[in-house]
Amino acid sequence: MAWFKRQSGELDTSGEKKVRTEGLWVKCDNCRQIIWKKDLEVNLNVCPKCEKHNRIDARTRLAQLLDDNEYEIFDSNLVSTDPLKFMDLKAYSSRLKQAQADTGLKDAVVNASGKLNDRSVIVSAMEYAFIGGSMGAVVGEAITRAIERALESKRPIIIVSASGGARMMEGVISLMQLAKISAALSRLDDAKVPYISVLTDPTTGGVTASFAMLGDLNIAEPGALIGFAGPRVIEQTIRQKLPHGFQRSEFLLEHGMLDAVVHRKQLKPYISRALDFMSPAAA
Amino acid sequence: MKIPRPKDVKAAAANDATLVVTSADFLLSMVETRWASKNGSGRKIESSQREHRELQKIEQQLTKLQSDTGQDDATRTEIRQLHERVETLRKQMAAHFAAWEKTELARHPQRPYALDYIERIFTEWSEIHGDRGYADDPAIICGMARFHGEEVMIVGHQKARDTKQKVYRNFGMPNPEGYRKALRAMKIAEKFSRPVFTFVDTPGAYPGLGAEERGQAEAIARNLREMARLEIPIITAITGEGGSGGALAIAVADRVLMMENAIYSVISPEGCASIMWRDASKKELAAQALRITAKDLTELGCVDGIIPEPEGGAHTDHAAAASHLDEVLKKNLSEVKNVPIKELVASRYKKFRNMAEFSRVEA
Ligand SMILES: [Zn+2]
Repeated sequence: MAWFKRQSGELDTSGEKKVRTEGLWVKCDNCRQIIWKKDLEVNLNVCPKCEKHNRIDARTRLAQLLDDNEYEIFDSNLVSTDPLKFMDLKAYSSRLKQAQADTGLKDAVVNASGKLNDRSVIVSAMEYAFIGGSMGAVVGEAITRAIERALESKRPIIIVSASGGARMMEGVISLMQLAKISAALSRLDDAKVPYISVLTDPTTGGVTASFAMLGDLNIAEPGALIGFAGPRVIEQTIRQKLPHGFQRSEFLLEHGMLDAVVHRKQLKPYISRALDFMSPAAA
Repeated sequence: MKIPRPKDVKAAAANDATLVVTSADFLLSMVETRWASKNGSGRKIESSQREHRELQKIEQQLTKLQSDTGQDDATRTEIRQLHERVETLRKQMAAHFAAWEKTELARHPQRPYALDYIERIFTEWSEIHGDRGYADDPAIICGMARFHGEEVMIVGHQKARDTKQKVYRNFGMPNPEGYRKALRAMKIAEKFSRPVFTFVDTPGAYPGLGAEERGQAEAIARNLREMARLEIPIITAITGEGGSGGALAIAVADRVLMMENAIYSVISPEGCASIMWRDASKKELAAQALRITAKDLTELGCVDGIIPEPEGGAHTDHAAAASHLDEVLKKNLSEVKNVPIKELVASRYKKFRNMAEFSRVEA
């Protein structure tokens, strides 16, 4: 069946590495220029030539946001019980084992507490490399616990999304995580504890349709794919080509769905400044 | 607008090959239904080919073994094992059939829709329109009504039967303004302390260009958060298709009830089959694997009760279906309406907080 093999670069969400490594040099997938790998790393994995924000893993994200790369990880021992005993061409349990071996994580999110410019914060960073950052019961539970921790300790929470949506292999259980996390956020909101949602490439489906869109501020990295439905499904529904830049961060900003599009280098200062505003004024 | 052929849509979904779901995958089911009704093959239930083939093979083997006159112990054991395998296969096929059959019943074109129930169960129905920001979305209806004399607010997806009406109702797939209208109606109910009933029957939230521009995800997300803290009793009935986030966006309730032949899922069986089996014809297997029936949802702790349907399904007798629904709604409303509201909201929160707790701590 040939149509499985057709892949369009523009709409690719398969999580393949966007940067090909050839020793010390890499070629940018976007501008096709050759970049010194060290330059890319120093630039937080943003192409120094064209500013393309390449995907980074959850731990790199934490290191970029939290002071001195010092933080405490929690809820890292939660694992899925495979509630449906889901089996298609392959058992879900074996997909999980593979993802765990590949990422060194139990599931698609890392919860941490640390300091952001000397202010204590909670950060939940999603891991796209773990089954497309998909949200099942473990991701739902971990993010809910992070929100509860923020609520109890009155510390601001930052959730960094990178996810294709709900995890099919946990069926309706994964759907219920949307309600669970959103409910927890209603309590956080009532308690006036700050929540900054950071949307990165990609943030779609059930993650967008729940916590990613519920921040006091919703901010995104440049060029990130953000949406509810996948671009291909939309294209097939409306039978026309989607406009250039559709569902990218800048498109969402233009349509009033984001508070700001922030360069990765500016992310930490931006969040810090927002938290200054949101912290209780000194008496 | 040219109706996409199912093959194109399936190819599109299969191309994604990621193991995650956007609610829009539910569209697949809609397209499939439309295509089937046009081509007249929608009601044909295919059995699982693989199981069928295995069954045939075993039956041949059995005939051969049983015709053998001088049977030894080993042969008899083999015959017994083969009989057991036949039993298992038949059960599996029946189960696949059950989940898929319910999917077809849930989407049956003669199945009662929200307005059919409203007409039979409520009086003084007065529809309210619009989200006050962009438009009125006919895929979701909202309105005031009386339920056994008591003032209530109703919110529901609305499907339609004839082509013109189907297009008008957008096949029951709401745009963001539909969800925003729903929340506005619920807020009015809260302000005047009236209970809310919601009726869920949608293939999913509409995956369109305008829907994305106007914030489909934000509209759904906001409803989830606001319903969790709405200070009035909320009762939801999943009457047909519970299509993912597009369904959940009006289903964060004190009581979530499901009709016997309704389905509730994160993705349509066709969408799941296209992605996981890379073959949409495996929809029966997918329907079974996803566990989408009222019985499944009850076992998983995601719904609070099952509403019986007349024999053969709700489409066979609208009046009887409405009467069953009425009875269950009445019972549930009487249970929740005397609970102090703070307590009710707290237990609603607790229910969703602890729902689907399927993670464990590993040492
Ligand atoms: Zn570049």
